[in-house]
Amino acid sequence: MSMINYASREINCKLVYYGPGLGGKTTNLEHVYNKIAPTARGKMISLATETERTLFFDFLPVDLGTIRGFKVKFHLYTVPGQVYYNASRKLILKGVDGVVFVADSQIERMEANIEAMQNLYDNMSQHGYDLTQIPFVIQYNKRDLPNAAPITELQAALNPGWPVEDPQKQRVTADPFRAGEFLVTEQDGQWVERAPYFEAVAMTGEGVFDTLKAVSKLVVKTLG
Amino acid sequence: MSGGASSWAFGEQDARRIQVILNQFLIDSNARTALIVDRTGQLVATVGEPPVFDSTAFATLTAADFSANDQLARMLGEPEFGALFHQGERESMYLADVARRVILVVLFDNRSTLGLVKLRVRTAVPELVKVFTEMFSRDASASPPVEKGILGDAEDEIDKLFGV
Repeated sequence: MSMINYASREINCKLVYYGPGLGGKTTNLEHVYNKIAPTARGKMISLATETERTLFFDFLPVDLGTIRGFKVKFHLYTVPGQVYYNASRKLILKGVDGVVFVADSQIERMEANIEAMQNLYDNMSQHGYDLTQIPFVIQYNKRDLPNAAPITELQAALNPGWPVEDPQKQRVTADPFRAGEFLVTEQDGQWVERAPYFEAVAMTGEGVFDTLKAVSKLVVKTLG
Repeated sequence: MSGGASSWAFGEQDARRIQVILNQFLIDSNARTALIVDRTGQLVATVGEPPVFDSTAFATLTAADFSANDQLARMLGEPEFGALFHQGERESMYLADVARRVILVVLFDNRSTLGLVKLRVRTAVPELVKVFTEMFSRDASASPPVEKGILGDAEDEIDKLFGV
């Protein structure tokens, strides 16, 4: 729920990084914090345990600058990935404008990924939001590890697509972020849409900004 | 079910009405600063002494604090905690719910007292509720549109900023 403040000429958008524990959500934010111009970002806040596991959330405000007289700001949040922190996860989703699901590519984490994705759908719908209708991208992190599952397997498990009911959207749509691939396709007479996906190694920063750029652009589009 | 939460717009007229209410509240309560924070963690308005801290971070933590306490209230069988109080040695803060959508945050020091702040909040909140209820019920299309062309310019800025 982007808030347009005409009094202070500000537009604030909320982006949430979601996903299983130890998947690299905080690492994504840390990389953004370290690489972005210090003038364009605020203080990073981490509500974490002594062992640096996210307890409530991490928060990083990023200032996009003044566009046509409006200061546009993105508020980046992560949620705690551990299963038992669901109450805090759900709270952070309140008012979300865009979601990045950070999946752990390691084959052993497949179950945890699926559980976290299900939990994301559940928590969104409990807030009355429809994940298929808002800016949503998936990041397959830890692509450098030898036990990383193939992308096709991860896509089949985590991004199988949702049915496209709107007749106007029922046409083959290219993936703007991936040449030669499609986001909306027809399969066995049924139109299906998938979320854009990105490969990443958040520890080195690979793919971090591609993911952020994509979700930010999708969010800006919703502003009109 | 909507795609996401609905956007809302805060106009200059709204800002002025809120400022009048909060200015009077600060005079009556002797508090230093009053802030309005929305439940998603965004700062809506600040009146009184300008805060010396990072107000963006402050707004985020305030909303998180209020939300966490909301859940605690439910565990106790309460529908909500309508207000919270954090006491410091010199500085204290009092938080009150407004129309279930925003939070009034009052910062005060030893020039005021909790009792006085609470008393004055009781008068200010219904006035704020009126303004915000009107604001939220207003047809979104009644807000002036964001200038056309913002999309293209924003995409360029995103490329520049995140193209590192």
